[in-house]
Amino acid sequence: MTTGLFIALLILLAFLAPLTRKYLKNAAGWLYALLPLTGLVYYLSLLPDIIDGQVITETYAWIPVYGINFSFYVDGLSILFSAMVLGIGTFILIYANKYMHTYPMRSRFMGYLILFMAAMQGIVVSGNLITMFVFWELTSISSYMLIGYHHEKPESRTSALQALLITGFGGLALLGGFVLMGQPYGSYELSVLFSDPDLIRSGSLYLPALILVLLGAFTKSAQFPFHFWLPGAMVAPSPVSAFLHSATMVKAGVFLLLRLNPVMGGTEAWHIMLTAFGGFTMVMGAWLSISQTDLKKILAYTTVSALGTMVLLIGNGTQYAINAAIIFLLVHAMYKGTLFMMAGNIEKMTGTRDITKLGGLYTYMPLAAFIMTAALVSMAGIPPMLGFLGKELMYESKLMAPTVRYLLLAATFFTNMVLVFLSLRLSLDVFWGKTPQYAKTPKEPYFPLLLGPALLVMASLLLGALPGLLAGPFTAGAITATSPLHPALKLKLWHGFNTVLLLSFLTLLAGAILYRHKHAFIRFAEKINLKYFAREFSKGFYKAQNDFLVFTKLQTSRIQHGYHRFYLMTIFVVASALVWVVIWRADPIMLELNFADMPLNLVAVLALIITAALSAVVSHSRVIALVAMGVIGFGITIIFIAFSGVDLAITMVMVEVLMVILAMAVLYHLPKYTKYSDTGARMRDGLVAAVVGVFMMVLVLQAGTSQLDIPISEFFKDKSYSEAFGRNIVNVILVDFRALDTLGEITVIAIAAIGIFSMIKLTKK
Amino acid sequence: MLFLLAVVIGVLYGSAVYLLLRRNIFKLVLGLIFLGHATNLLLFVASGLTSGYPAFLRNIAGETEMMADPLPQALILTAIVIGLGVTAFALVLVYRFYSVTKTVDLDELSENE
Amino acid sequence: MESVILQIAARHMRPLLIILSVIVLYRGHNEPGGGFIGGLMLGAAYILYAMAFGVGKTQNRILFSPINLTALGLLIALLSGVPALLSGMPFMTGEWVTFFANSAFELKLGTPLLFDVGVFFAVAGMLMLVMFSIMEE
Repeated sequence: MTTGLFIALLILLAFLAPLTRKYLKNAAGWLYALLPLTGLVYYLSLLPDIIDGQVITETYAWIPVYGINFSFYVDGLSILFSAMVLGIGTFILIYANKYMHTYPMRSRFMGYLILFMAAMQGIVVSGNLITMFVFWELTSISSYMLIGYHHEKPESRTSALQALLITGFGGLALLGGFVLMGQPYGSYELSVLFSDPDLIRSGSLYLPALILVLLGAFTKSAQFPFHFWLPGAMVAPSPVSAFLHSATMVKAGVFLLLRLNPVMGGTEAWHIMLTAFGGFTMVMGAWLSISQTDLKKILAYTTVSALGTMVLLIGNGTQYAINAAIIFLLVHAMYKGTLFMMAGNIEKMTGTRDITKLGGLYTYMPLAAFIMTAALVSMAGIPPMLGFLGKELMYESKLMAPTVRYLLLAATFFTNMVLVFLSLRLSLDVFWGKTPQYAKTPKEPYFPLLLGPALLVMASLLLGALPGLLAGPFTAGAITATSPLHPALKLKLWHGFNTVLLLSFLTLLAGAILYRHKHAFIRFAEKINLKYFAREFSKGFYKAQNDFLVFTKLQTSRIQHGYHRFYLMTIFVVASALVWVVIWRADPIMLELNFADMPLNLVAVLALIITAALSAVVSHSRVIALVAMGVIGFGITIIFIAFSGVDLAITMVMVEVLMVILAMAVLYHLPKYTKYSDTGARMRDGLVAAVVGVFMMVLVLQAGTSQLDIPISEFFKDKSYSEAFGRNIVNVILVDFRALDTLGEITVIAIAAIGIFSMIKLTKK
Repeated sequence: MLFLLAVVIGVLYGSAVYLLLRRNIFKLVLGLIFLGHATNLLLFVASGLTSGYPAFLRNIAGETEMMADPLPQALILTAIVIGLGVTAFALVLVYRFYSVTKTVDLDELSENE
Repeated sequence: MESVILQIAARHMRPLLIILSVIVLYRGHNEPGGGFIGGLMLGAAYILYAMAFGVGKTQNRILFSPINLTALGLLIALLSGVPALLSGMPFMTGEWVTFFANSAFELKLGTPLLFDVGVFFAVAGMLMLVMFSIMEE
């Protein structure tokens, strides 16, 4: 009950926020933040119950026949992620309301932000794969709105669309993967999946399901080769980056991998793919971040790298690796959220986020300098910040990796070395060093802008300093939920003098040396990038997208040429061919020509109809066409009367009169017939028409002579008087048995009438 | 009788198709009307021909065996009225089409986009 | 176009047609007739009048504008399904009330009849809406 209600409240708030923000002004962020804060407290209070692997579930039936429900599943992993989503979300709302206070459309922005929060929270507590998919797509859509916030800039639109297309494509693949996963179980409930974890792994659908699910996870978590949307998404305002691109949206893919680890993980395919893609992404992200100068782009590439690290660790799957993945996840969310918010603050206060144009900010904003440096210390993995724990575990897991141990170790060493280098650069080059000429004198950011970063840094310090007391219990439930066989490790800050500590020390040293020779290093990186990474992925994607549009346009104009006649001709010819096939296979028609049942008066009427139809076709006079129309209508009326269709006949008479009047009224305004088609076209059309006519004739004979089944009408005949108190069965069907159909029908004619009314009355003269 | 009705339906369909393939937009609508008539008749005939026994209950023994099938009739009745709505819409559309483009030739529409 | 014959005919035909359309509507449940036919007749009554006296004059004589009449019809048809919901049956299940049972004036009223009234108004309204729009051009 609580989880469902909470998400519903978040969604409600998302729609209320745009309406109320302008009245609440500066208080809006604080007030809105109360809701995620309440959720945070609630989920943290569940922690003691959940630590041994208990689960809280909620189910609301949706399509139970297919095993699809709105269900929620709260375990240790959900709580860890909820804490990140709601915890950082709380600060972000406070931060964003202040940060955006000069921007237009900020009310709507708050709404999108909260909607995104609801969707993200939905993912992490989903108890059904389909429910998860729904929230998954909702994050893609709401992040599209957020990334494209500056929609008047083309760059912004391109980036937003790129992110949407890539994550949308991944989402589609994910849905396919989920459906395949659900097949062996006949259910999409996580609890069902977890009760028999080997069923999918041993099935033949495992590999395709795995590939599709990984496509979903990799696109969302910006793994190579889908990584480029994340740096592109830096066009979004800083609150968006701080929330979506540090702790939430991009972590959704990682969450998915962790969530499915018990049922999908542990196989060779899993191991190979995650290690390969994660490892490559980790190194590549780190490498590409070196030569960036835009503060947010640097952070984006390190995020790509960090996501690669997590995927790699999950792929490793050992006890140490899973522990390291979860701890690093937490570490990263805390320092990256802080850093993005601080990047936004710096941009706001100085007007730039190009680090070559920054420097000496310590004198203007000492508090900010302290907070950001503390976060960078965590990123560099220096004690006593939580980052140190993460790095230690990472090295430890690599030392115990089952395969390619030294390659992984080297990759991790390189990545961490770059992180140290960047930490030094972002701290020393931005806050100390030469002070350039600023457009306006920078000053300390406002209180709401610093609150979130400050608290996050403090939390990181506390968790890091007291690992056994705080970080341990906090993550244990998540680790148990992720890999039930491997219990959580006891976390310690001090491990004694061992290989891992040596590696940590070497990393710091190497990073410091690199920083000492930063100009040479950056030049070197740029040279290599120019040579090997000159082609930007996002440009390539953009080109492919455009080429595709050009191709589809060409294709469409070929098939959809715009001449209605040829569309219709295609339909008629194909339909006739299909009818022909059916008739060919059916029993031959038993036709008895019995002249006794052909009353002469009726035959005359039929002859009249035929004459009228043919004259409407050949005549050059519009009046004759109109008369023919009337003759046919009344002829059909007579057929209805002759064969017991009384109501039909009455309706037909009235409709026919009205139709002729209408046609006459319109025809009055139209020009005379002109000859448009040449004889060849007429012959061709005549042939098509003749073919269709003959087939329809044969069809009638076939249908009129065969009785397939007892008509459903027997029921109507039986019940018409006894239950519906009506003797006119046709009318009873219309107003009682099939009344809903009739309701639909009068709605249609009402719509047609409104359409006519607006075509005539509401057109600009 | 069935055979003759089949011929009528065939001719109606043939004329409708021929008219639908014309370039004059008014003939197109005319074809649409014919197509509607032909289909109503097709449904009516396909459900079996019953002379002189409409689907009204009169408390006569065995009457349900003899009477016409009411369901197709109900179907056709709705179809006739919807047909009126659609035809009216199409006719007004033709009228608006002409008053905007000053032509009744559909090909000119495709060429001018 | 002013035609005295048409005007006199229309003036006297209108009330007759209206009464006739209501009769056709009511008896439709047991005899030929019903909402569709009745609605067409009701529409025809006013269209005839409009042909004789012009659309403007006709619109002054009707209680509901055609567009409102259509909407009213749809609303009645929709609401006729509601009583069934109140008594726990599926939407649009027929519910009947009989007045003066077993007498010469036996009157059976039910939600299907109400539904037919909705059809009646909707069809009539649609017809008038269309014809008036075109005739005004």
